[in-house]
Formats: sequence, C-alpha cells, structure tokens
Amino acid sequence: MRLLEWVDARFPASKLWNEHLAHYYAPKNFNFWYFFGALALLILALQIVTGIFLTMHYKPDTELAFASVEYIMRDVEWGWLIRYLHSTGASAFFVVIYLHMFRGLLYGSYKKPRELVWIFGMLIYLALMAEAFMGYLLPWGQMSYWGAQVIISLFGAIPYIGEGLALWIRGDFVVADATLNRFFAFHVIAVPLVLLGLVVAHIIALHEVGSNNPDGVEIKQVKDDEGIPVDGIAFHPYYSVKDLVGVIVFLFIFSIILFYMPEMGGWFLEKDNFIPADPLKTPEHIVPLWYFTPFYAILRAVPDKLFGVIAMGGAIFVLFLIPWLDRSPVKSIRYRGPLFKVALTIFTMSFLALGYLGTQPATGLYTLMAQVFSILYFSFFLFMPLYTAIDKDKPVPHRVT
Amino acid sequence: MTNTVDVDKRRFLTNATTVVGGIGAIAVAIPFISSLSPSAKAQAAGAPVAVDISKLAIGQMITAEWRGKPVWVLRRSEETLATLPTLVSELRDPDSDNTDQQPDYCKNPGRSIRDDILVVVGICTHLGCSPTHRPELAPEDLGSDWKGGFFCPCHGSTFDLAGRVYSGVPAPTNLVVPPYHYLSENQLLIGEDSQGVA
Repeated sequence: MRLLEWVDARFPASKLWNEHLAHYYAPKNFNFWYFFGALALLILALQIVTGIFLTMHYKPDTELAFASVEYIMRDVEWGWLIRYLHSTGASAFFVVIYLHMFRGLLYGSYKKPRELVWIFGMLIYLALMAEAFMGYLLPWGQMSYWGAQVIISLFGAIPYIGEGLALWIRGDFVVADATLNRFFAFHVIAVPLVLLGLVVAHIIALHEVGSNNPDGVEIKQVKDDEGIPVDGIAFHPYYSVKDLVGVIVFLFIFSIILFYMPEMGGWFLEKDNFIPADPLKTPEHIVPLWYFTPFYAILRAVPDKLFGVIAMGGAIFVLFLIPWLDRSPVKSIRYRGPLFKVALTIFTMSFLALGYLGTQPATGLYTLMAQVFSILYFSFFLFMPLYTAIDKDKPVPHRVT
Repeated sequence: MTNTVDVDKRRFLTNATTVVGGIGAIAVAIPFISSLSPSAKAQAAGAPVAVDISKLAIGQMITAEWRGKPVWVLRRSEETLATLPTLVSELRDPDSDNTDQQPDYCKNPGRSIRDDILVVVGICTHLGCSPTHRPELAPEDLGSDWKGGFFCPCHGSTFDLAGRVYSGVPAPTNLVVPPYHYLSENQLLIGEDSQGVA
C-alpha cells in the first residue's frame, strides 16, 4: 500500500487505527451492559446529521419558529422523518446514557484508575442536559416556553446576583426572541462542539487506562510474551462486529418507536407543545421531559426556593464525587458484599420513583413521597464511605471468569 | 556575552507576559458577555402601558401585557377587602415588609393605590409560572378555608387577593406590584409612577 505509507510518513493514520481499534485490547468478557457506549456514539452521529438537516428549514424567530417546525413536518419532503429521528433520538440518547452510567455503577467503572473517564462522562451528561433543554425551546410550543421560563428562573434563586443572571441568560425581561435566538446558537454549534471535545477526551482517557469489565479485574496485570493482555481481544474486529449486533437490535426498537409512536403518548413530545407558546397563559401542569423528572422531583420536594435549587444541583454534582466516596477495594457488583447491593437497589428504585413523581402534580402524598425518595437518593452517596468500607466483599479472582 | 541563563529574569518575563495576556483575554471577553444582556430594543419595549378600568366590574380581572409579562388588574369587592386582615396569621409577609416586591406607595394592607383596584405582575415568585385566578370560596381542590386568591398550578403556591403569599408554599415572596399610577379616575399607567419611569 504505497498511499498508506505516504500518508503514515506525514500523519499517524495507521498508528491511530491500531492504538484505538485494531490493537486496542478490550477484556474478552464484555456482556449486555457494554453495548451502550457504542450506541451513544451512534446516536450522537444521528443527532448531528438530523440536526444539520433540520437547521436548513427551521427559523429561530418567535414569529416563525412554531410554524417552521410544522412546515418541516408537513411540507418538507421526508421532513417528518428527519424531525422525528431528531426528537426520538434525543430520548433514545438519554435511555442509552442512563444505562451506560448504570453499568459504571454496577461494575465500579469509575474507580481508580478510571476516575477521569467517569468525570469526562459526567461532563458529557451535563452538556447533554444543556443541549436537550435548549433544543426543547426551539419548537416554541407552550411546554418549550414555560419549561424554559421555569428552568431559567432557577438561576434567580441565587442570592444577590440571581435576578441579574437570569436576565442576562434570557436577554430580555421574559423568555423572548432574544432567548430563542441564542438558545438556537448554543444548541446547534456551541454545545455540540463542547460535546464532541468531551467525547474525544472520554475515549482517550478510556484507551489510556483500558476498559473495565464485569469482573472488575485489571486485564493488564496478566500479559503474554508479546505484552498483550491474556484476557484481552482486539476491539476490531471482535467488538466492532459484536457492537453491530447491538446496533441492529437497537435500530429495531428505535424504528418501532420512530414509526409507530414518535410522541410516545406525550413522553417524548409533550401534548401541550403542539400549542404555540403563549406568554400570558401557563399550562395546567408544567412537566419537563422524562429524562429530567428525577431532578425536577427533588427540586419540588424542598419547600424553599433556594434550597430546592441547591438540592437539585447537588443531586447531579454528587455523582462527580462517587470515585472518592466509594472506599471498597472491589469494583464489580459480583464480588461486592450485601450492603452495596442493597444500597444500589434502593438508589435505583429511588431514582425511578423520583422520575415518576416528577411527572405528577406536586400535592400532598406525592410531595411527601418525593421527600422520602430524595432522602434515600442522597443517602446512597452520603453513607457510601461508610457502608463500602465495612461491607463483606468476596475475594476477586486473578483473571476474568 | 555569556551563556548563563538568568532564570529569575525569564520567570519574571514569563509571568509578566501571562498577566498582560490574561488581562487582554478578559478585556476581549467583556463585549461578548455584554452582548447577551437585554438589547436597547428589548429595553425600549419595556415602555409603560395604559389600561382603561372604566368597564371593569366588581370581581372582574383583566390582564395587561407589560415587558412581555402578564399584569393583572382586579377590582375587589368590599367583602374581599374585609377578608384580607383576617388572613394575616397564615401569610409569610402580611405587612409587605419585603420592599423589593412593591413600590413604597403600595406598602399597605391591600397592596394598592386605590383599595379596590389590585395591580400585580401575574408571575409566580417561585419559578415564573403564571398562577390562576381562583376567586371562588372553598373550592374542592383548595380546601374549605380558601377565601379566594391565586393558585399556581406548577408547584402549588398560593396567594391571597392582595397577592400576598401564604406560608408553607414554595414561593418565597409576595407577588410583585409594578410601579403604576392613575392618569385619571379610570386610566392606569403601568410601568411608571407619578415621579416618572421606574
């Protein structure tokens, strides 16, 4: 291959290919939970491509935005498909990311030496939330408008600078044309650039330390004569082909939702968002999209504006600290003691319960339940240094099983 | 000429360059950050609005738009005004001591210039939803003690018919009374008090 040699002398094409694919050795015991990183990359690509094509027809102007989305849905050839791919893709992104993060909790993938892989991943999650929030304003429906109004008002809770900060974010006294225009800019260029950079950092950090696996064993500790981990197999072709199977199954499910229930009964596209934004009339129930509802439930559970905002921010921030809160020498749930297993079960149930409560009105029993589950949510982190230290962990095998 | 390196001098020059460069970077950031503040056009759109209340019946409420926000103008009945003092123990700030929430001339029991006409910004002080006007007495969902007021459907905050917040709800403060004054008996100007634009 003359051309490849010519390129390699000037640009490390083969070197990059080998380091990250052909000679990147991943543990041979990956299971179901290891599909979601690759799937997240697939959806990122899908969102970027569909987003670019939507931008060609969408108009970021309060007078035109709502109608331009309807124009895409009705008059642009295949516009409905591109739009539904983008809106369904957003929810699919969060499904996949939540499962990907849960995998990290199950197998201790955040533990030394992968703390930075986890931190970069958390930053991706934050950027993704910002991306989804700003994207949801663009159709300029009732939920777009009032959702943005509520979330931007959260900044107003900060003492002294809050009101000025909220005004600066909106660029007007209420959510208005200036807000829509800048959210469009952030959504289509600023945040995606940050997101791509973080994804690169996430993967570089991962490939530096090597992948974790369901046994939580470091495969680099047992190498053969050529310095290749005995329990490792090359990512390409073994996992690239395996991930293709995952992609096909994912696309099956994704297509069923895309073609038969793209609004998912109001869960992916809320019913009130088919009414144009009206700054003088609030919808009966303002509910964020499902992927924000656990944090929204925590916000509403606290009967004080400032502390509610602090609790909501803290619920996300505390995830960053988990590599240092976990004192157990064992990574994988397979060799953890009963205390961690119980704690993770309670945490998972609390997260799901909060997700449900965030979609319900904040009255009486619902608020009380949200308060109980919020306390359980934070307890998982607060007591983690304690229960992971005294837990009766099992012996970890020398090699993967 | 000697080949010895003056490390201190190098460090000083490196630090000095970094500081000057840093100040330059901050200076360049200012126009970009400022460009996100409300533009001259957005500020001009905050001009006062006139409201005619001659056709406003007792108990009726109309909504005006000022700075893109709903401003409620409500004509309260004698009975309503009589209930206001009885609610004091259930309110967080019954005497309107938080001076950010109303102009000085509205720091009174009815939070208004004229007793019967209430003028408030119809935006919940919790997270910016627009509460609903619930004048009826003791409706099923709000309980038998309800004397009429405003209910925010988003997070359940409640206010009385002077826009005063009840205790134990998420909203921290009373509804905001905008600056306003009467041009004539039935003409209100919202966004400007008798001393000029707020």
